[in-house]
Amino acid sequence: MISIQNISKSYKDVPAVRDISFEVQKGELFGLIGPDGAGKTTLMRILMTLLIQDEGKATMNKLDVVNDYKEIRKIVGYMPGRFSLYQDLTVEENLNFFATVFKTTVAENYELIKDIYIQIEPFKNRLAGKLSGGMKQKLALSCALIHKPEILVLDEPTTGVDAVSRKEFWDMLKKLQKQGITILVSTPYMDEAVLCNRVALMQKGKVLDINTPQKLIENYTRKLYAIRSKDMHQLIQDLRAWEKTDSAFAFGQYLHVTGKDDEVEATEFENYLLKKNHLELQVFDIPPTIEDVFMDRMAEQ
Amino acid sequence: MGDLGGFFMKQFIGFLRKEFLHIFRDPRTMVIIFGIPIVQLMLFGKVISTDIQNVKIGILDQSHDNTTKKITSKLLSSGYFVLAKELQPGEDVEEVFRKGIAKMVVNFGPNFEQNLERDGKQDVQLLADASDPNTARILTSYAGGIINDYVKKEKLQNIQLPNQINIEVRMLYNEGLKSVYMFVPGIMAMILMLISAMMTSISISKEKELGTMEVLLASPLKPIQIVLGKVTPYLLLSFINALTIILLGVFVFGVPIKGSFFLLMGESFLFIMMALSLGILISTVAPNQMVAMFISLLGLMLPTILLSGFIFPIRNMPLPLQIVSNIIPPRWFIVIIRNIMLKGTGILYIWKETLVLVFMSFTFIALSIKNFKIRLE
Repeated sequence: MISIQNISKSYKDVPAVRDISFEVQKGELFGLIGPDGAGKTTLMRILMTLLIQDEGKATMNKLDVVNDYKEIRKIVGYMPGRFSLYQDLTVEENLNFFATVFKTTVAENYELIKDIYIQIEPFKNRLAGKLSGGMKQKLALSCALIHKPEILVLDEPTTGVDAVSRKEFWDMLKKLQKQGITILVSTPYMDEAVLCNRVALMQKGKVLDINTPQKLIENYTRKLYAIRSKDMHQLIQDLRAWEKTDSAFAFGQYLHVTGKDDEVEATEFENYLLKKNHLELQVFDIPPTIEDVFMDRMAEQ
Repeated sequence: MGDLGGFFMKQFIGFLRKEFLHIFRDPRTMVIIFGIPIVQLMLFGKVISTDIQNVKIGILDQSHDNTTKKITSKLLSSGYFVLAKELQPGEDVEEVFRKGIAKMVVNFGPNFEQNLERDGKQDVQLLADASDPNTARILTSYAGGIINDYVKKEKLQNIQLPNQINIEVRMLYNEGLKSVYMFVPGIMAMILMLISAMMTSISISKEKELGTMEVLLASPLKPIQIVLGKVTPYLLLSFINALTIILLGVFVFGVPIKGSFFLLMGESFLFIMMALSLGILISTVAPNQMVAMFISLLGLMLPTILLSGFIFPIRNMPLPLQIVSNIIPPRWFIVIIRNIMLKGTGILYIWKETLVLVFMSFTFIALSIKNFKIRLE
């Protein structure tokens, strides 16, 4: 459905996207995962025909993003990274406006947006600027869906949205996927990666890996420890200062730590840290999460 | 095709609806569109007027005879002057100016009437506060005129003076030398420029700034629909403004419309179109509202005020500025309106200026189309 071949794009001399290639199948929920500046937005804008790539070729439903931009704009729904609806129009006025822009009516496609719109319908006379973050995203999604697009492109739809709304939002995406809509979504939250069928891990304009979230985790073969002590701040400094530590990152209440060449045992960490006078020390093995995979892949670069 | 055309119109009307909602919901826009024209016209017409009206003067009458009393009452009944203070001989005249009691003092010497009748000649002293030189000059010349007029008509009619040439001045097209006649065309050019060019450029660049342009571009809307949708509301509002200014000019300030009203409105329409296309052009260059406003204010308003001949006559400018003034659209528009309103001339006398405006409109439209981006960069 979406095909990207060797796409590169630079702003002046700064490369934003470097030689990216991948395919997204019809009906797939595909995630672009990566920190700010990874090139997610640039890639999406190229696909949305809003930017022209310097090199490479991309098609959406076999339509070329440069030559067939007019056709693509009819079949794709797009939610930019920033809230891009009219804040001085009401919920209903925004929806009606986008319906007319896409040559349809709200009534005609109400079925598709019903589940989402029903949650914001009680506020339909409220100005969009006065909605909460989660409701704004729901309205933006409704507007992006109003013309029954074949492909949905969502740029960081859950950034700045509370945890409950984030979960609801992903549930909605799953439902839309069941209706046969191909979805390309980007997010900086790695925990959302497991909700996608496949993800592309991106950093500094490059794709580090593309796979299903499960496969990515399975392929991670390193020995990973969770470590905790009374003084977490001192703990991370001591671990990072130690020559046998490969990486140490804070993950919630624990540090996730790997040793050099995976040859450091739990007892070694324990002995080292006890020498550093750490109290209430806990060290144990844990299975990796997608975040560990990503941290590891980023460190490799 | 009929169906496609229907969609085109539906999209367009949807867009128009949205634009009007933006305008009517934003108090600042409403103030700029409807408040500023009226306020500016009133300011220029009434407050900043250089016309002499009810200026306070002092009278120092050392004769108190019939003639000085009559001259005094002539001065005070002219409408130009009001009496602020009667000074007594020996009183400090400068004190009156320092305290701001009067702008001018008329000093009649002793035995005024006697001297005048005996010698056929007498001096009057006019002391004026020249800290504002323009006003001082106008005051003294008005007062001088009134005094001479009185003396000539009342006192000297029986005395035959040899070979005297009487100069009779008549100010054509503006007999009262009312400055509002000059300001109305100028204000109109300025307001239409402000509303049309600035508001359009701001409203388009606002979409860029808030990111909504990204969604519009990614939609099936055609650039022409976006541009027309943006321009049409301001075309209507500007036209209403033009009408308001003309009506205020006619009914509040008594500015005549000697020529064809329809020609006047037609030319205004042309000027609005020109300003709108200039606004679109600005918005294709400006990345956000601030820049759009900056370009509009500095690049359009200042030249309109300074270089269009609205306040400062073009022929008095240094040559380089005279040349620059040719590319300022209001320069041509002001000539057109003055001709139609004050002189009552028809299209035959202003076709050159009209052509210049037509040419400018087409240039701006062509440049806008060339610059309008169907993508983000």
